[in-house]
Amino acid sequence: MGDYLRPTSLDEALQALARPWTVLAGGTDFYPARIGRTIDEPVLDISAIADLRGISEGPEGWRLGAATTWSALIEAPLPPLFDGLKQAAREVGGRQIQNAGTLAGNLCNASPAADGVPPLLVLGAEIELAGRAGARRLPLAAFITGNRRTALAPGELVVAIHVPKPSRPARSGFLKLGARRYLVISIAMAAATLEIEDGRVAAARVAVGACSAVAQRLPALEDALVGTPVGALAGRVDARHLAPLSPIDDVRGSAAYRRDAAVTLLRRLLRSLA
Amino acid sequence: MKVGFTLNGVHVDWDGAPVARLASALRDDLGLIGTKVGCDAGDCGACTVLLDGRQVCSCLVAMGRMTGRTVETVEGLAPTGTLAALQKSFLDHGAAQCGICTPGMLMAAQDVLRNDPAPTRAEVEDALGGVLCRCTGYTKIVDAVMACASGVAVSPPAGAAVGARLPRLDGVPKVTGRDRFGADAVPADALWIRVVRSPHARARFAVGDLGPLRARLAAVLTAADVPFNGYGIYPDIKDQPVLADGLVRYRGEAVLALVGARADVLAIRDEQIPIDWKPEPPLFGIDAATAPDAPLVQADKPKNLLLDGGVKRGHVNGFADCAAVAEGVFETAFVEHAYIEPEAGWARRVGDRIEIHASTQTPYMDRDEIASVMRLPAESVRIVPTACGGGFGGKLDLSVQPLIAIAAWKLGRPVALVYTRPESMAASTKRHPARVTAKFGCDAAGKLVACDVSATFDTGAYASWGPTVANRVPVHAMGPYAIPNVRTWGEAFFTNGPPAGAFRGFGVPQAAIAHEAMMDSLADQIGIDRLEFRQRNALRAGDVTACGQTLEHSAGLIQCLEALRPHWMKAQSAVAAFNAAGSAMRRGVGIGCMWYGIGNTSMSNPSIMRVGLAVDGTLTLYSGALDIGQGSNTIMTQIAADALGLPVGQFTLVTGDTDLTADAGKTSASRQTFVSGKAAERAGLDLRQKILRLANAGPDATLTLDGAALKVSDGGIAHTLDLARVGPLMGEGTFDPPTTPLDENGQGIPYATYAFAAQIAIVEVDIELGTVKVLRMVAAHDVGKAINPTLVEGQIEGGIAQGLGLALMEEYLPGRTENLHDYLIPTIGDVPEIECLLIEDREPLGPSGAKGVGEPGLVPTAPAILGAIHHATGVRVHRVPVLPHRLREAILRQGAKP
Ligand SMILES: Cc1cc2nc3c(=O)[nH]c(=O)nc-3n(C[C@H](O)[C@H](O)[C@H](O)COP(=O)(O)OP(=O)(O)OC[C@H]3O[C@@H](n4cnc5c(N)ncnc54)[C@H](O)[C@@H]3O)c2cc1C
Ligand code: FES
Ligand code: FES
Repeated sequence: MGDYLRPTSLDEALQALARPWTVLAGGTDFYPARIGRTIDEPVLDISAIADLRGISEGPEGWRLGAATTWSALIEAPLPPLFDGLKQAAREVGGRQIQNAGTLAGNLCNASPAADGVPPLLVLGAEIELAGRAGARRLPLAAFITGNRRTALAPGELVVAIHVPKPSRPARSGFLKLGARRYLVISIAMAAATLEIEDGRVAAARVAVGACSAVAQRLPALEDALVGTPVGALAGRVDARHLAPLSPIDDVRGSAAYRRDAAVTLLRRLLRSLA
Repeated sequence: MKVGFTLNGVHVDWDGAPVARLASALRDDLGLIGTKVGCDAGDCGACTVLLDGRQVCSCLVAMGRMTGRTVETVEGLAPTGTLAALQKSFLDHGAAQCGICTPGMLMAAQDVLRNDPAPTRAEVEDALGGVLCRCTGYTKIVDAVMACASGVAVSPPAGAAVGARLPRLDGVPKVTGRDRFGADAVPADALWIRVVRSPHARARFAVGDLGPLRARLAAVLTAADVPFNGYGIYPDIKDQPVLADGLVRYRGEAVLALVGARADVLAIRDEQIPIDWKPEPPLFGIDAATAPDAPLVQADKPKNLLLDGGVKRGHVNGFADCAAVAEGVFETAFVEHAYIEPEAGWARRVGDRIEIHASTQTPYMDRDEIASVMRLPAESVRIVPTACGGGFGGKLDLSVQPLIAIAAWKLGRPVALVYTRPESMAASTKRHPARVTAKFGCDAAGKLVACDVSATFDTGAYASWGPTVANRVPVHAMGPYAIPNVRTWGEAFFTNGPPAGAFRGFGVPQAAIAHEAMMDSLADQIGIDRLEFRQRNALRAGDVTACGQTLEHSAGLIQCLEALRPHWMKAQSAVAAFNAAGSAMRRGVGIGCMWYGIGNTSMSNPSIMRVGLAVDGTLTLYSGALDIGQGSNTIMTQIAADALGLPVGQFTLVTGDTDLTADAGKTSASRQTFVSGKAAERAGLDLRQKILRLANAGPDATLTLDGAALKVSDGGIAHTLDLARVGPLMGEGTFDPPTTPLDENGQGIPYATYAFAAQIAIVEVDIELGTVKVLRMVAAHDVGKAINPTLVEGQIEGGIAQGLGLALMEEYLPGRTENLHDYLIPTIGDVPEIECLLIEDREPLGPSGAKGVGEPGLVPTAPAILGAIHHATGVRVHRVPVLPHRLREAILRQGAKP
């Protein structure tokens, strides 16, 4: 039987991390990877650390504790800026998974199809990491470095996700494409945040997931959207904007289909944000 | 680690490994087996409990974090002996079939009902979306949750059981979580088996020094430990080894069995198992298996051919005078049964006998097969079936039985084996992938003239039920139509895919996809409505089939189509109105027809049933017919009760145990209601005759049973028999449907009767994304007589859900979709509203006129959906599942055409 530790403070957790532990948050990625065999690795259960929980608002923006569950997020009173992230939360697994799975777990697991990544990318989220040497912050795009790879250094934990306040009124949305209604891994998904001024887009962030090893922002599309009246956004989407994507063929869909579907998702998403 | 928490309102203390899953703590340590485990991965929801009032998968919760928490399980819903309103509603609505998903469903429903006593349908679906059910098609589950407070219990009086919507007689344990499935009653002192399986689809291997493993465990079994190392459905094809001997033919094949204390076998690391693999290039797919230089999968099977054969009638060149001819090639994939209960069971040696408690569909075949593998006389084997958490054909083959039997025999201790989900998926049989090449022709009036259909099946590494599929399909492949000139052919080839076996419909669903596409095409070519075209050609009583059999009675396809016609017309206009608005969403309506021979193809398949009346007045139905969720326990009792003339409520039931019941054959081929039901009717009548003779009463006498006093009233005269004095009475009934062998042209009487059905599907296709949403299904089924309409509807709805999966999402790829995360089956949000229209065209041979319905529900569904997709988009899909990317690519290809 491996060691098991369930610290109540971040400090205690970081001290423990002087040696390697497997971090356990909601367990929704952890347990499915360990079917039918003894779990004998040392496990650091972070579910009792108060610092990792809760959603709070400050002058600069919001802090989402790393161990915030999808359900906690859905139930939190948050402005329309978070609508996209909430829509994604409602599409993660079923209720059981939403009640257990955490935001940071989703990011750390770093699946190409992680539904949390595109909406957090378009919120301009930053990841707060803590280690014994201190804390650091990374933009989400720099935190996830590849398929199932992150910038998490040995001994570090994700502590929180920070979402900055946009300077203008903003709205966001999320669309997911899967082959069945519930409990489905995305074939492709799209998220967008738009800052609107005088009925036109003043700033845009758009991302597509499950179409590359890590979900990607689409800067060319974002540029094209700026200045566009909100009623005309969908028409701006052009297949060439998908250049940052590198979809693959797998059991869920072909690469060509993913590109094609991404365009449709983006058009529909932008139309819905008008 | 010691943990204290509140479980169903009571404080409990638990001690164990902190990373242990809550599900296993509840089941293995705290004795609450109501919480089920279907995957240990969050994918099935069977383990759903409320944790601090919210639904979670208990297979994903670490015990180390349970201190001070509150857990509610199914056992906490109502005090023992009572039912909560929700449980009662599940029972009354027929929302539990096999019952393995029921505890999870109930807890998920509890989560929504607690917050909102009158939730909307959408809210119910959202709340239950994380629990999979493979049996019901969800319709009755949603109904049960929404109607939680209402519900009228039915308890029919003597003589009125047949036809009543009686709640299932074995339902209470299913809704209370007290039913015992394969993994639920393993003795505490049992040893456990972990099977080592091949990671390669084709390889030679050598087992190294097992000494170190044997030193840590009770035993390590190899091929050398199996007395007769071959099994298979057919007496002359025992081709599948219990443990592979130097050569594996599919990924997932069993190689070694590690036997020991549970923790010990689980702690063995893969790298500690000394096997030296020499992989060889595998043969995948029909083309590879039939290539001229293809290596053989089984050395004694030339050309990799398992079997072929067909039906011929009329002229070979019947197409010459056709006004329209349709042709097409259709392909299907391996499909997984995905019963929510993985294979499980345990065995013990009792003196010179071996006793096996396992989840199965066929106790008597298991008995004979284990006797053969162990080289024991059949009497030395006792099969005690546990509750079966879904089968659909997949539990007709042996799974855990031979290994637990051999180990328990050798070690003299109980031995258990519970498959993990990935193991269940890798090791078990699948639906046969098929390539069906079809050509149909009709005259200018739309009358079918000729058809030529060849179905080629990938039977995987071992024969299993491959011969059954290859035999059944040629008889059905022309569809339920009168056609004078017929040529059909079926053939099956070995590959290094998983063994393809029995799966609801035995190949007929694959063939139906082809013949129904042909009907659509011919109707369109001739310019006749698609339903009308089928009606012109439908088989009717008096028609002669392609096998030369005259259908004397009970061919109700015409009635099914008539019943569907108003729905069809309405759907046509609704779809047209919707599409007129013009959007990326296009709707279509499609129709599928089918027929299905009940019971074995041209082979004897008798059932024997007994009804006993003991000296204390206990009335028992001894039924060897296994209820795997479809409801035979209830149906058999309803039939026997009316035949005997006593109320259902007075019956007790003994089922399945090969020591206590007679052989009622397997639960497959939709045969139990027709065959065993007839035997139950005869057993009830036999007992009645005996009673009437004892009382010297006439045939119209009524019976009343009160303890040991059996009152027989005939006209004004009443006669009371004291059972304590007249002694125990037993009635017995046997039925074997009359069939004859088929000759080399497939002529003969393959089945005594046939079920007929037609379904319509209304779908919405997102033409930009290629996704398909089935909006509504209307299903008309000729069942002869609906012994229990609720249970019949349950079979149809569940069949439709599986047919929908076959059409739209299910594709088993070894090594890639070996879990319920990547292998998708329909969720509660994917199965549409279903309306069932029950047609009762009496079958004189059947009990009260009944036929079967277990498989027919699935057969026309995919054809109807594919027809609706064609209607919506103009695309005729030739390959299922119609994954979104496949449909979108086909839509684009079609658009690109000039
Ligand atoms: C049935 C089912 C359906 C699912 N559906 C979806 C879906 O639709 N969309 C989707 O995106 N995902 C889905 N998932 C995946 C999963 O639920 C999510 O990724 C979830 O958010 C993971 O969070 P967790 O807290 O459960 O992670 P855990 O399993 O606890 O951990 C995941 C990984 O992250 C690490 N980790 C967690 N927290 C931290 C931290 N604070 N610091 C450092 N490392 C950490 C862990 O060590 C582990 O490697 C599904 C899973 C299941 C079982
Ligand atoms: S057993 Fe927990 S979700 Fe399947
Ligand atoms: S009743 Fe739902 S899985 Fe059998």
